[in-house]
Amino acid sequence: MLAVYNREMQAYFLTPIGYVFMGSFLLIQGIFFTFGNIFAQSSDFSSMFSNLSFIFMLVVPILTMRLMSDERRNKSDQLLLTSPVSLLSIVVGKFLAACTVFLVTLGITGIYVLILSAFGVISVPEVLVNYFGFFLTGCCLIAVGLLISAMTESQVTAAIATFGIILLFFLMDGMAAMITAPFLAFLVAALQWLSLFQRFEAFSAGIFSLTGVIYMLSFAAVFLYLTVSVIEKRRWSEG
Amino acid sequence: MIEIKNVTKRYGANLAVDDVTFTINEGEVLGFLGRNGAGKSTTMNIVTGYISASSGQVLVDGMDILEEPREAKRHIGYLPEQPPLYMDMTVEEYLRFVCDIKEIRRQSQKAHLEDIYELVRIQDVRRRLIKNLSKGYKQRVGLAQALVGNPDVIIMDEPTVGLDPRQIIEIRRLIRDLGKSHTVVLSSHILHEVSDVCDRVVIINRGKIVAQDSLENLTKGIGEGTRMMLRVVGAEKPVQRLLRELPGVSLAEPMGVKEPGSVDFMVESQPGSDVRRQLGNALIAGGYPILMLQPMAATLEDIFLQLTNESAKEE
Repeated sequence: MLAVYNREMQAYFLTPIGYVFMGSFLLIQGIFFTFGNIFAQSSDFSSMFSNLSFIFMLVVPILTMRLMSDERRNKSDQLLLTSPVSLLSIVVGKFLAACTVFLVTLGITGIYVLILSAFGVISVPEVLVNYFGFFLTGCCLIAVGLLISAMTESQVTAAIATFGIILLFFLMDGMAAMITAPFLAFLVAALQWLSLFQRFEAFSAGIFSLTGVIYMLSFAAVFLYLTVSVIEKRRWSEG
Repeated sequence: MIEIKNVTKRYGANLAVDDVTFTINEGEVLGFLGRNGAGKSTTMNIVTGYISASSGQVLVDGMDILEEPREAKRHIGYLPEQPPLYMDMTVEEYLRFVCDIKEIRRQSQKAHLEDIYELVRIQDVRRRLIKNLSKGYKQRVGLAQALVGNPDVIIMDEPTVGLDPRQIIEIRRLIRDLGKSHTVVLSSHILHEVSDVCDRVVIINRGKIVAQDSLENLTKGIGEGTRMMLRVVGAEKPVQRLLRELPGVSLAEPMGVKEPGSVDFMVESQPGSDVRRQLGNALIAGGYPILMLQPMAATLEDIFLQLTNESAKEE
């Protein structure tokens, strides 16, 4: 697992992808910080993260699109799958590498916190919970992107499909709110239960909820499991 | 070393590999021969555990590749048709990564890689990016990858495809060297490549094994030296009549005029009889000088064509 993780970390920064991800993330977050906090003279990090959550749609596909699809197109998956490593450790290694790049990028934005704390008062626990929630949400979506990347040989297809699915997660709350017919109440409940961003909003409000953490960890685990199944199934395929 | 038992792989209605059974013995160099699309790559992918068979079993050193994949895969080094390289890495970075996934201890990696560099002769490109290497070097890096961990069996899928003649010769020499210390399986659709380096041949056609034997035995089956090309000065009809009347000659076919004033014939004698002396005497006595007499030994090509045509006819 460590070998795959290291290789993937290397790949992010041997190709432009890691830099593109970091650059676009930091640019957008910088704009939000400048306008939302500095110009608005606000030390409120929650609203920044809350406003910023749309960024996942743009940057997660960059991070995940080539993870599995490129291996297949390149046929380098033949090396991985014929080596004495388990499929699960390959998938988890790649997942953790993507999460690490995300974490490091997020870490850089800690500078903003330092800037704000130098000139104003911030609530440290609240900021930490915000960061934690934002990171977990990102990891969940990375798991989604990884699954999609395992389903195709084309990076472009993977990126667009990941974008679409994350958009769907975004619209879920809105859709649930629009459904008023009582006989569809079960659908509303299902959508609300599935909604990743609703869990994120709780963190964003500064509430550390254990259910939220468990929900997100299981969410990521389910998608990693699905990724393993998709690859395993292809090996058995007779189509 | 590796036992392949009744392996079948189905793709829709199509049987890519159909009930294939054979054994790879320790220490041999085995050629796996078939036309393009005969099921060579699929079989190799199953043997190495890349894909699973629809039914049947592959045992590596007694271990099922599906039930004990980690242990079984340690015994195999695989060079697929397209070498599984990461273009954005240097040769050294890439091979270090391969060492890591094959769980070679960090301390011994350096020495192990030095040996491999030397064996496949890639010392001079070790710090270069793989994407900038020529095809021959890429192939050698792919081979280096298969050698990491010093596996007992090395499986190569069409190792010389797309290389220029000099590179082909080098890769073949490498394969021969490897064969001294490893069990080697190599697939090919080029026959003389296999006859060059292999002890034993398995021939596959349309997913089925049509022959497996040593090269010697395979070429023996098709009456060696019973067919020859003949160029005789004279008219076609009388020479043909004379040839046909000779005892032991079963066939004398005119093959047209290649040299003015002479006729070419293909002559086949009955198995076991050598008619060259009588034939020479009779022609000279008849006043037909011989310009050429060339025995045609059955080649692997003949065997191959005969076997693959036979199995096509059966269907």
